[in-house]
Amino acid sequence: MNLLRLTAMEALEMMGRDELSAGDLTGAFLDQIDRHEGDVAAYLYVNEAGAREQAAAAGGRGGDRSLNGIPTAIKDVLCTEGMRTTCGSRMLEGFVPVYTATCVSRLAEAGVVNLGKTNMDEFAMGSSTENSAFGPTRNPWDLDRVPGGSSGGSAAAVAAGEAMWALGSDTGGSIRQPASFCGIVGFKPTYGSVSRYGLVAFASSFDQVGPLTRSVRDAALMLQHLVGKDPRDSTSVAHPEEIVIPRDQDLSGLKIGIISELSGGGIDAGVREVFQQAVRTMAEAGAEMETASIPHAEYCIPAYYILAPAEASANLARYDGVRFGLRAQGARDVIEMYEETRSLGFGDEVKRRIMLGTYALSSGYYDAYYGQAQKVRTLVVNDFDAAFREFDLLVSPTTPTTAFGLGERVDDPLTMYMSDICTVPANLAGLPAISIPVGLDGGMPVGMQFMGPAFSANRLLQAAHSTEAAVAFDRVSPLIEEQD
Amino acid sequence: MVNHDDVRYVAGLAKLKLAEEELDRYAVQLSTILNHINKIAELDLDGVEPTSHVLKLTNVFREDEPQSSISQEAALANGPEVEGNAFRVPAIVRK
Repeated sequence: MNLLRLTAMEALEMMGRDELSAGDLTGAFLDQIDRHEGDVAAYLYVNEAGAREQAAAAGGRGGDRSLNGIPTAIKDVLCTEGMRTTCGSRMLEGFVPVYTATCVSRLAEAGVVNLGKTNMDEFAMGSSTENSAFGPTRNPWDLDRVPGGSSGGSAAAVAAGEAMWALGSDTGGSIRQPASFCGIVGFKPTYGSVSRYGLVAFASSFDQVGPLTRSVRDAALMLQHLVGKDPRDSTSVAHPEEIVIPRDQDLSGLKIGIISELSGGGIDAGVREVFQQAVRTMAEAGAEMETASIPHAEYCIPAYYILAPAEASANLARYDGVRFGLRAQGARDVIEMYEETRSLGFGDEVKRRIMLGTYALSSGYYDAYYGQAQKVRTLVVNDFDAAFREFDLLVSPTTPTTAFGLGERVDDPLTMYMSDICTVPANLAGLPAISIPVGLDGGMPVGMQFMGPAFSANRLLQAAHSTEAAVAFDRVSPLIEEQD
Repeated sequence: MVNHDDVRYVAGLAKLKLAEEELDRYAVQLSTILNHINKIAELDLDGVEPTSHVLKLTNVFREDEPQSSISQEAALANGPEVEGNAFRVPAIVRK
């Protein structure tokens, strides 16, 4: 039996019936890491000995052990006490956190096995994982292509069978876009529903942690353990309803809007075709599918690339070589030390965003950029409010293209930013959104994105699960397939 | 759009030291990005309230109760240069 094909729900059932041991399960994933990590490079750190130990102890009782023995990968943007956390940056090479992110400790308390820390664009800034200071991750479906980003390592690990599921973070699409490129499920929760404590900050009014999984039900299962108010993150809020595992049912009774601005001309023909086929399948499964509009969609990327870099420029001021991380040697005074440390420690894209944000916040430009962008944000929030008065949910393709080639966009930042055109609107409005695979275009996965009103995770997950079943996309990457 | 000197000025504000050729490259790239960003100038935003928080949270209060924190040793553990109970830095004021 190819254990790499199992979802976490299936593995838990088998372990519950004593048909599978946690040790064998973790062993299967560590073997796959041995076989393919040299090519895929999904991890920055593989916790091999620790994972075997945790798997061996997974039979133990006590506390909530409802995720006992599930092999889990963690994006290296999340602090893990005693385990290196680099954020894909030279700036944090060798940094060992003294505390653990709340979302990681919640999963650990439920019994997951920590397989290690996954690669990412430096400080989560990027859409291809090529901005990692430690080299790119490759797409398990085609090793010459990118896995997407910034949670590219997490997405590639799950798609390659190098993890059963993974944690990622999403500021402008960094969970959904790589999930789409790698043919898996990625969920960005409502802003504030998952604690950001221990998540290295990029853009604090956007950042949100969420699951990358092989099925919608697995996403719901992990989310059950992630949501909740955390006294250590004052922007976190209690999720108003308990997250439930979606049931097998069709889509009747749901009125779903297809966002015209995000599913037309800017989208590759091949992606559009797969998307439209999925829309027809949803209609056959009982959903009422109609055209919807987010009139200010085209202003989302411009507003986002003012606000997120502005927040980043403030958040990344902490990397000054004083309290942690890199320090440049030989500086004559403290200002020179700051400048040399930051020039040495940050990569190109991070410098670009810090400067963009600093410019947008600088004297004389603040009102024209930052102030105006916050108003555009209001217009986008209003657009979604209006759409959700008419529709239960909204859909679009997750990305305008399938995974692009390694190196193809690295010298062209604006084209790279456009990869997030469909995902950024949900971040601006703080809404929950999920990407599920709905087919292949030229052998590469195509994702469909569902967006819902704030805190509508249950409705969103149910509709995504019903669509997943109706579309019946059952392909996995060749790296998993070859273990059949 | 931004030129070489603008980039040097902004890099200075952000405490980044850039080589001359980097200043030129960033000037071109940042100009391309700003050109796209300037699209928001098309919008009439008079009377639109800026979004300060997407969930419209206002004040978040809690009781002011002392709690334990990380130890001094842990706080210093990642310091690039530590002396006694302090982070050591190069001269701030020169004689």
